[in-house]
Amino acid sequence: MDMRLQLLVFLALLALGFFVGRWNEAKHYASIRERERLFAALPVIAADDWDKDRPVRDVWLETACVVISIDYFKRIALGLRNLFGGEVRSIEPLLDRARREALLRLKASATARGADLLTNLRLETSSIYGNKGSQQSIGSVELFAYATAIRYDGRTSATRPEAGIP
Amino acid sequence: MILTNIDSVPNMRIVEHYGLVSGSTVRAKHIGKDIMAGLKNIVGGELKGYTELLNEARRDATERMIAQARALGANAVINVRFATSAVAPGAAELYVYGTAVRVEAE
Repeated sequence: MDMRLQLLVFLALLALGFFVGRWNEAKHYASIRERERLFAALPVIAADDWDKDRPVRDVWLETACVVISIDYFKRIALGLRNLFGGEVRSIEPLLDRARREALLRLKASATARGADLLTNLRLETSSIYGNKGSQQSIGSVELFAYATAIRYDGRTSATRPEAGIP
Repeated sequence: MILTNIDSVPNMRIVEHYGLVSGSTVRAKHIGKDIMAGLKNIVGGELKGYTELLNEARRDATERMIAQARALGANAVINVRFATSAVAPGAAELYVYGTAVRVEAE
């Protein structure tokens, strides 16, 4: 292929990654913030604890996962950053989004079943589909969240908005 | 079958321990999902196909663990943990383990 054509394709992908990627990210963040307000009433704790004085009606394990892909621009930025080392600002929002999204999905499905509390939250990060060194590899990150959901007996939960996952 | 990732079942008493139970599955992605993922890799965003694949795989692994626990006579698995590892390019192992117990209402 002609050198100039190759350069053109590269720049087009870079621009596409930059603009569409940014737009996607902004849209995702808007949706995350909205749902975080919606599910703010459901407490999530990372410790193994609950209100032991209240009778428990139901206990179950709740899980949620999300796989988010990097965009072309970020991938190139990461490649450049690899030359000098240091903090990779462009990747941080990617992980932040994935983590918040996984937690929101966990809360949404727990809320749908009437949970009053999510206890012992665990978050796992893995990049299982990116094989290093291969140009064909898919750069993505998986965030998996799990917790024990508890529904107390007695009065019905005050925290039950409509579970909306886009 | 009750599953928890804490070391007890709220409001229940553990009457018998059956030891470790686990379930695992190794999954590979398929080419169709990969092409979509390749496109998504340009603009970023969620890879829904992969999310589904992993959810499905974890559900299968969990079902295997539950079957094992049931065969032992347990009615709950406590302290459940998940582990994910890339065993080969394009394939991942989903592993779930926990302690099988019999619980009774307090």
